Amino acid sequence: MASKYVGKRVKRTEDPRLIQGLGHYVDDIKLPDTLHVAFLRSIYAHARITGLDVSEARNAPGVVAVYTGKDVAEKVGPVPCAGALPDLRVPDYRVLARDKVYFVGQPIAAVVATDRYAARDAVDLIMCDYEELPVVVDVEEAAKGGPVIYEEYGDNIAYRLTSGEGDIDAAMAAADRVVKQRIVHQRLAPIAMEPRAVLARYLPGEQELTLWSSTQIPHLLRTQVALMVGIPENKLRVIAPEVGGGFGSKLNVYAEEALLGWISIQLGKPVKWIETRRENIQATIHGRGQVGYVELGCKNDGTITGLRYNVFADMGAYHQLLTPAIPTLTGLMLSGCYKIPAIQMNVTACFTNKMSTDAYRGAGRPEATYVVERAMDIVAAELGMDTTEVRRKNFPAPDEFPFKTATGLFYDSGNYQGALDKALENAGYQKLREEQKRARDEGRLIGIGVSTYVEICALGPSQAMPAGGWESATVRIEPTCKVTVLTGASPHGQGQETSFAQLVAEELGVDLNDVTVIHGDTSIVQYGIGTFGSRATAVGGTAVYNAVQSLKEKASKIAANIMGVDASAVAFSEGVFSAEAAAAVAAGEGTQSEAAPRKVSIQEVALAAHLARQIPPGMEPGLSATNFFEPTNFTFPFGTHIAVVEVDRETGDIKFLRYVAVDDCGKMLNPLLVEGQIHGGIVQALGQALYEEVVYDEQGQIVTGTLMDYAVPKAAHAPRFELDSTETPSPVNPMGVKGVGEAGTIGATPAIVNAVVDALAPFGVRHLDMPIRPESVWKIVNKA
Amino acid sequence: MKKAISVNINGATHQSEVEPRLLLVHYIRDVIGLTGTHIGCETSICGACTVMVDGQAVKSCTLLAVQADGAIIKTIEGLATGGELHAVQEGFWEQHGLQCGYCTPGMIIASAQLLDRNPSPTEDEIRHGLDGNLCRCTGYQHIVDAVQYAARKAKA
Ligand code: FES
Ligand code: FES
Repeated sequence: MASKYVGKRVKRTEDPRLIQGLGHYVDDIKLPDTLHVAFLRSIYAHARITGLDVSEARNAPGVVAVYTGKDVAEKVGPVPCAGALPDLRVPDYRVLARDKVYFVGQPIAAVVATDRYAARDAVDLIMCDYEELPVVVDVEEAAKGGPVIYEEYGDNIAYRLTSGEGDIDAAMAAADRVVKQRIVHQRLAPIAMEPRAVLARYLPGEQELTLWSSTQIPHLLRTQVALMVGIPENKLRVIAPEVGGGFGSKLNVYAEEALLGWISIQLGKPVKWIETRRENIQATIHGRGQVGYVELGCKNDGTITGLRYNVFADMGAYHQLLTPAIPTLTGLMLSGCYKIPAIQMNVTACFTNKMSTDAYRGAGRPEATYVVERAMDIVAAELGMDTTEVRRKNFPAPDEFPFKTATGLFYDSGNYQGALDKALENAGYQKLREEQKRARDEGRLIGIGVSTYVEICALGPSQAMPAGGWESATVRIEPTCKVTVLTGASPHGQGQETSFAQLVAEELGVDLNDVTVIHGDTSIVQYGIGTFGSRATAVGGTAVYNAVQSLKEKASKIAANIMGVDASAVAFSEGVFSAEAAAAVAAGEGTQSEAAPRKVSIQEVALAAHLARQIPPGMEPGLSATNFFEPTNFTFPFGTHIAVVEVDRETGDIKFLRYVAVDDCGKMLNPLLVEGQIHGGIVQALGQALYEEVVYDEQGQIVTGTLMDYAVPKAAHAPRFELDSTETPSPVNPMGVKGVGEAGTIGATPAIVNAVVDALAPFGVRHLDMPIRPESVWKIVNKA
Repeated sequence: MKKAISVNINGATHQSEVEPRLLLVHYIRDVIGLTGTHIGCETSICGACTVMVDGQAVKSCTLLAVQADGAIIKTIEGLATGGELHAVQEGFWEQHGLQCGYCTPGMIIASAQLLDRNPSPTEDEIRHGLDGNLCRCTGYQHIVDAVQYAARKAKA
């Protein structure tokens, strides 16, 4: 049967409200008598608070209350960290600082006032005296000793970890050569266009707290905030309404979320806090923040023998939810899409006087891919091989899957050669190389960068996750045959309202518009995990799929009962159950009575299930099924990205000539949405490669504190992408889907950097640190 | 010391008393209650707050409400006419020009203005024309496609 919805470029059902400005993000929700919160935040990266006088602020016009660290210390629990690693040091992270502050932007006091302007004004009336303390900003300096941030620890080490398998020393000894490179993964700010936002409303009568938050994880947030403020979890309702982007930055539990809840309980009124962009850059998690040293051993023919990665991971001053876990994801993916017999990663995770790092699109995996893909290019350059040949030489063959890596993973399925071949063909790689040569002869600097990546998606089996790796779905067929889907995978732009509806409409043979997908409200939706780690479709979608299968089974039994045949004799297609008479007879269930219908529509079954007069004896009425899907493995999408750039000799500017990508994310529910995910991911990668960096100066002050200085790519910075795909289904779930949310970010960063390095190869360049600014390029070209 | 202003928004006239320092975007969102116009930076960079003021696409976080006294303003909520989507809105829907939707109202207003001034823009002109609007989700390609769709549609 040809599919009607699945695999089709269906335009999104969520769009009509969004293109007319009728969606509701947190700040769009207006409750009567809402009070507004503004924060006094630390202006120093490390300081002792020697005095804090809020009396003037308390008396300012419109101010209702001012809370300090002392007021809430015993009342609100610390900001949680879910990372469980041996000997992990977890500093006590209070929602408002008490005696000391550890990073610029750390909240010290909260002012509550009748409007946002009044709250903001009153913040300036708080007198805070600081005694500055020595600051450690650089992660390598922190590792060496530096000023110690937490005296009780004696040093700045958050944890050390060695991971990987195989005899790394033997592997390096067996190599003909070992290439080494220091690699910096600069700090990035996720910059969801909607900053964080919280609205809390406590109803004293009902003793119920509702928290609207711009979050990726409503249920996990509910559990944690309930524990932090000490109310029963089932008296807390978290609603993630429209969420204006997250990219991992809202996969967290923040001080402000718990504090707003607590304040609302104290005052018995709704309270709202909308993060400013400056606060967002200071106090919403950052991504990346690793400085590593890679060693890649190889034979003279390009065969890789082993990889070692010694990395200093910058935690920031505190752990947010997943801060310490991020480098472990890097360790998992250090085999890239290659057979590497021995791999070792040594992590030294350090505290610095900066905002926490945590999950930002890719979360530890872009770092791994970047390390491996840069190192492969360096190997190719040293051996005088084509970069694609070195890669090809080390790919596992398609029949070697499931492929076991020396990082302890089993890659589910793959055909890396297939994606590479297709990308090379689409790019016209040979011709590009010839053109490059001609251009070089003319003095033009053209570079071709290739990256072949694999990523780990569908996070993940619960054994490998800090807080459960399953996902939930309820699918309900209502009496009028409208279908309601409740998904625990609350989206923030991914379009699950459409893709899940496609899936359900296809399976049940109903119209797409008859399916409503509900998400992001813990009072309506059964417990779920959330949308991150490219898991929504592969794990959340599978839960939906499984629930639909149970419903079909039940509906089929009801249809059989109506038709007076055995359930095994009922066929279902395009929304109609039909009796196969012959099969019915063969089953020995007697023949159908004359009066019984031979066909029953799903609409009729929906009604019958609720009227409950024609359902088989003993069957529960209703048509609703819930599934909690636990995946047996991660999934491993892969692909090849090729960037072609030209460097301007006069200005050092980098211009894209082409960008070709072939991605394989298994089966696709909606290729249009898949493309959107890849485009967005590539541009975030481009931002990291060429523009973005959260810069702290030596005092720990943020130099890139607004969007004026923090360079998010604009439309003119991005080229037109030439996308294509291969399709290698995943065996891990029944639909064969893998996930695509982070592919662009993972595949593109090394492709772009490889291209720029390739363009500058005539100058002896073999590596450049990101972001590659025109200034540094210009200096190389002009030998400054 | 509040000041009286009169502003026409999407065809309706509003008389209000506002503080002189009230930003236009806060006026539109919090006083008038039209929340389709978003705030992404408050510093005139992101373009999420773009509205039409007297026919010009303007970042409403950089104007004070009092400066809009007497102005005719169009926000995203007023772009569709008689239940018919504006060609640019349609383009964004058809071409998947939005994901989280937060930048979208500003993008659509800026795109509409771009097409007003240049009905047949090249891809390059579209990309540069949207320089004042950031989108973190889409990677811009589908936004460009959306504007091209609207340009084609306007000609058809
Ligand atoms: S909010 Fe006005 S430009 Fe960003
Ligand atoms: S669609 Fe999310 S910022 Fe543009």
